[in-house]
Amino acid sequence: MTVMEQRGAYRPTPPPAWQPRTDPAPLLPDAEPYRVLGTEAAAKADPELLRRLYAELVKGRRYNAQATALTKQGRLAVYPSSTGQEACEVAAALVLEERDWLFPSYRDTLAVVARGVDPVEALTLLRGDWHTGYDPYEHRVAPLSTPLATQLPHAVGLAHAARLKGDDVVALAMVGDGGTSEGDFHEALNFAAVWQAPVVFLVQNNGFAISVPLAKQTAAPSLAHKAVGYGMPGRLVDGNDAAAVHEVLSDAVRHARAGGGPTLVEAITYRVEAHTNADDATRYRGDSEVETWKQHDPIALLERELTARGLLDDAGVETVRQDAETMAADLRARMNQDPALDPMDLFAHVYAEPTPQLLEQREQLRAELAAEADQEGAQR
Amino acid sequence: MTTVAAKPATMAQALTRAMRDAMAADPSVHVMGEDVGTLGGVFRVTDGLAKEFGEDRCTDTPLAEAGILGTAVGMAMYGLRPVVEMQFDAFAYPAFEQLLSHVAKMRNRTRGKMPLPLTIRVPYGGGIGGVEHHSDSSEAYYMATPGLHVVTPATVADAYGLLRAAIASDDPVVFLEPKRLYWSKDAWNPEEPTAVEPIGRAVVRRSGRSATLITYGPSVPVCMEAAEAARAEGWDLEVVDLRSLVPFDDETVCASVRRTGRAVVVHESGGFGGPGGEIAARVTERCFHHLEAPVLRVAGFDLPYPPPMLERHHLPGVDRILDAVGRLQWEAES
Repeated sequence: MTVMEQRGAYRPTPPPAWQPRTDPAPLLPDAEPYRVLGTEAAAKADPELLRRLYAELVKGRRYNAQATALTKQGRLAVYPSSTGQEACEVAAALVLEERDWLFPSYRDTLAVVARGVDPVEALTLLRGDWHTGYDPYEHRVAPLSTPLATQLPHAVGLAHAARLKGDDVVALAMVGDGGTSEGDFHEALNFAAVWQAPVVFLVQNNGFAISVPLAKQTAAPSLAHKAVGYGMPGRLVDGNDAAAVHEVLSDAVRHARAGGGPTLVEAITYRVEAHTNADDATRYRGDSEVETWKQHDPIALLERELTARGLLDDAGVETVRQDAETMAADLRARMNQDPALDPMDLFAHVYAEPTPQLLEQREQLRAELAAEADQEGAQR
Repeated sequence: MTTVAAKPATMAQALTRAMRDAMAADPSVHVMGEDVGTLGGVFRVTDGLAKEFGEDRCTDTPLAEAGILGTAVGMAMYGLRPVVEMQFDAFAYPAFEQLLSHVAKMRNRTRGKMPLPLTIRVPYGGGIGGVEHHSDSSEAYYMATPGLHVVTPATVADAYGLLRAAIASDDPVVFLEPKRLYWSKDAWNPEEPTAVEPIGRAVVRRSGRSATLITYGPSVPVCMEAAEAARAEGWDLEVVDLRSLVPFDDETVCASVRRTGRAVVVHESGGFGGPGGEIAARVTERCFHHLEAPVLRVAGFDLPYPPPMLERHHLPGVDRILDAVGRLQWEAES
């Protein structure tokens, strides 16, 4: 049976016999976001996993702080911080097997790094020495996608292709609350459901699309509810609860891998920093709101759990902090070196073979560079 | 070795055959789009492919062009070679963000690590009595997008040869199919399909000494007709069929114009901001001292495509072409 056939052959339905094609009830998200930390479910959580999540969260926050500092030093053109959203970023990377694929949006540098991509290569786009700095095939991470939600259909197509080839591969695609208003979000979810593609869609609902709050973005009961319209399950999770996000995403990945099709996960979180270093968040939200969310901080939540269960002591906290500092120092040192630039690269990858017109333009630039070098030489 | 005599075949049949041969030769070739499976496409260009190769290789997708192209990008990322059908020129517009931001740029963005071997077939142009949104000449949009190859056949043999080349290409190719030539027939031997035509080479369809008509796709037969009619006026016109708009074959075009000293660019697309402006500029820049007259353009008017009962007034015809040829400053000759 082909992948296409298994969705059922077309059968004309006589008008009086109408009934829903699938029962919507099991697809509906729970009334409350799923939580683990601070609940009874926490006792069942794997201590090793919790420690790993904690270390990655701390490292992630330090990475965000370092990257933001690099914008002030002129080493990065811009940085969209995911501070406050580290639980989603880290869990998205950790739930995947090596053979799986991650499709990040522009705010998901942390997920890319947590997946194993070199921390400097992950910043190439934002430093501006090229667009995608890493080889997407090395860690199976698609390029960071700036046009909102456009990476979602790619994830669906890739997962579908893998399935057609008989490969046991899942794609996890990340998008923000604003991105769910884009047409590509709709089309990707629809294709994924029709094809039963092994995809997990993670919406990080961080409250804002730059300055526009969710209330101006959607009238849906929740973003997770949107899944029902496509015939896939929607799951709602506390996006600041790393253990909960990890569990919900793991379930969705397992479900997809087993042939159960796609899942839409909405993680409720908060963008603690402004949209980017160039944004002024005080124009559209008050400090008290930010402070409220800081009381529900993903690192503090996890630390409280680990400490209460005797899985983390002061020495443990210090070790994790030191590791994060080492990472940041290394990142700082490497980012303080000027990247190697070769203007001739501009023409190298437009086509497999440059067109005759590009060859002419390449020679033009070469001549301009030679003239520039001559002038500089003469001035010295 | 037995040879089968060439017999009349339509451009649509040659396109179907090209996809069939490509699918048989390479299991990574997948055809996808609206109605391409069971129905065989609204123009029947994918007729029989789903039956022969199965629905996983020739897939009826949901009705969503951005989704079709976006998922095809993902499939290409995973090593497949998708051949996407956009049902009509104007129906391709929802897919433009995927086309411009990802299809055209992915190789460049990733320094060549992630090329996208994609073919996007777009039936284009008018002259078939289509109601609105079914007759656009959208080639200028594609030409203006670095990273895309843009190809359009005018003959049955080229339809086969260029589509095979497009599917084999490791770069994305926008393959523009002139709708009104789908049913045009040439003697063509489907048992021994023509060789794959290299993308990027124009061809001289008709040799002449007086002036060059530079054209492509649906306007090629019109220019051939005009060249025949021009004999009565004493003009011996050369017709260059570009076949590939990107890459552009400056060499063949300029060699022709240098021989004839005069040129008219002919296309259905509107003149303002259309392909003819670029072509005329290129020819002028390269052949200025060989030119006896400014390069002229014969194009569709700068209008939204007209309703079918008026479209004949819009489309460049033999008379409009000959009028332009007449304005190529022949006074200087006498």
